[in-house]
Amino acid sequence: MADMLPEHPDFLWRNPDPKPSYEAIIVGGGGHGLATAYYLAKNHGMTNIAILEKGWLAGGNMARNTTIIRSNYLWDESAAIYEHSLKLWEQLPEELEYDFLFSQRGVLNLAHTLQDVRESRRRVNANVLNGVDAEWLDPQQVKEVCPIINIGDDIRYPVMGGTYQPRAGIAKHDHVAWAFARKCDEMGVDIIQNCEVTDLITIAGKVIGVETNRGRIATERVGLAVAGDSAGLAEKAGVRLPIQTHPLQALVSELFEPVHPTVVMSNHVHVYVSQAHKGELVMGAGVDAYNGFGQRGGFHVIEEQLSAAVELFPIFSRAHLLRTWGGNVDVTLDASPIVSTTEVEGLFVNCGWGTGGFKGTPGAGFSFAHTVANGTPHELNAPFALERFETGHLIDEHGAAAVAH
Amino acid sequence: MLLIECPNCGPRDETEFHYGGQAHVAYPEDPYALTDKEWAEYLFYRDNTRGLYAERWSHSLGCRKWFNAVRDTVTYEITTVYPMGQPCPVDLRTGERIRTAADSGSDAEAGGGSGGSSNSADTTIESEVGR
Repeated sequence: MADMLPEHPDFLWRNPDPKPSYEAIIVGGGGHGLATAYYLAKNHGMTNIAILEKGWLAGGNMARNTTIIRSNYLWDESAAIYEHSLKLWEQLPEELEYDFLFSQRGVLNLAHTLQDVRESRRRVNANVLNGVDAEWLDPQQVKEVCPIINIGDDIRYPVMGGTYQPRAGIAKHDHVAWAFARKCDEMGVDIIQNCEVTDLITIAGKVIGVETNRGRIATERVGLAVAGDSAGLAEKAGVRLPIQTHPLQALVSELFEPVHPTVVMSNHVHVYVSQAHKGELVMGAGVDAYNGFGQRGGFHVIEEQLSAAVELFPIFSRAHLLRTWGGNVDVTLDASPIVSTTEVEGLFVNCGWGTGGFKGTPGAGFSFAHTVANGTPHELNAPFALERFETGHLIDEHGAAAVAH
Repeated sequence: MLLIECPNCGPRDETEFHYGGQAHVAYPEDPYALTDKEWAEYLFYRDNTRGLYAERWSHSLGCRKWFNAVRDTVTYEITTVYPMGQPCPVDLRTGERIRTAADSGSDAEAGGGSGGSSNSADTTIESEVGR
């Protein structure tokens, strides 16, 4: 039988043993870790670096997200980093020589109350001033973009319009990770899977290495990109992070013919829906209320988002739920990420992306790589430093971000 | 969905409750004496434990009273429920019960008593710490 099996396709990256030391170590082989390593090698010439991943590549939240990419955030700081990220998304398929099915099918953020309408219009104006493509659509125009939406007034929260960002979209998350991994590998980055960092070693407030289940590795620069595990890991170096880890769930339906041409998000009835290339309806909503590391949540959260989805999209009422899952997301109290230096020299953190990290993958990697390479923030991530919790310069994207994080 | 033991009403569905985050974060004794760093600590920094965690819940669709619980943040199992104002009866690192002189009385209370009115002042203070 074994003779009849086709040859294994070429591997996209090597699986090297860890070297005794590296110029920099990125902890976490998800999207953000891979993108950071990619930009460290490409933009900063640092190729003697390693990504340490405790499980397998892109097996955490990178495997669990709903793949939505957009940049229609309210505040200037957010719009800047997410729009930069979107611009990077637009050039990455060519740059990485990998078609990861980035589909700019647009995103609709629906408004269901007068206050929603006011906030949406304000956000459209803010977006336009920041060079982010955005427009306000009335219910009829919403229906033209997405014909399956019920815009009747016979539902509890009728659609009163929505914002539309045409350049938003979705991408195949696994392929994004593999595309980054292959390029990282080509440039000499060591991607080391099944290598869990168990301790951060510091002397006199300075990083000198990491302890792993595969031995000690020396380095003077460590970048953490470990989402829900950020607070626990940073604490090993005595750094406390304002992060609370929550379960976030998502789900897919069985496969259908293409029925849903765009991405629809509703903050008020709280569900977001797109249709994957293969045909599943992909949905998500908010986090479970309590702190949790169990990578699962309560089924009532799934029920609530499905009831919202069925009211907005009556044709979904006969769709079957195929699968639900959960991940651990790292939430900050202003719902904005932390991409920052720390009080420990050589230790850098990229975390707090909460429920919206996938869209930020290239932008986070780009700015975090700058921070790791130079020891100082890039102008894009300077506002996202830890100091903001002391200075009060919060970037309060709760709700303002078009959908609650 | 979690089944949560309200100390006043008994076991109820999670959807009847409101989560209040980490327990035992006291309001600063002298707010004017705090540095910006200490304020940040009070407002934004909470433990993010993987394992046993002392946290607050409010039975918002029932008796509307706040109480504390010890829950494992990985398995989500709630092992102990105790009134506001009482110190955590469990060593969060080992899971073992801490025996105190006042313990015998409060055990019975947590098991279904009225929750007691003596801790209402503490309840007010702790429940001001919103998320």
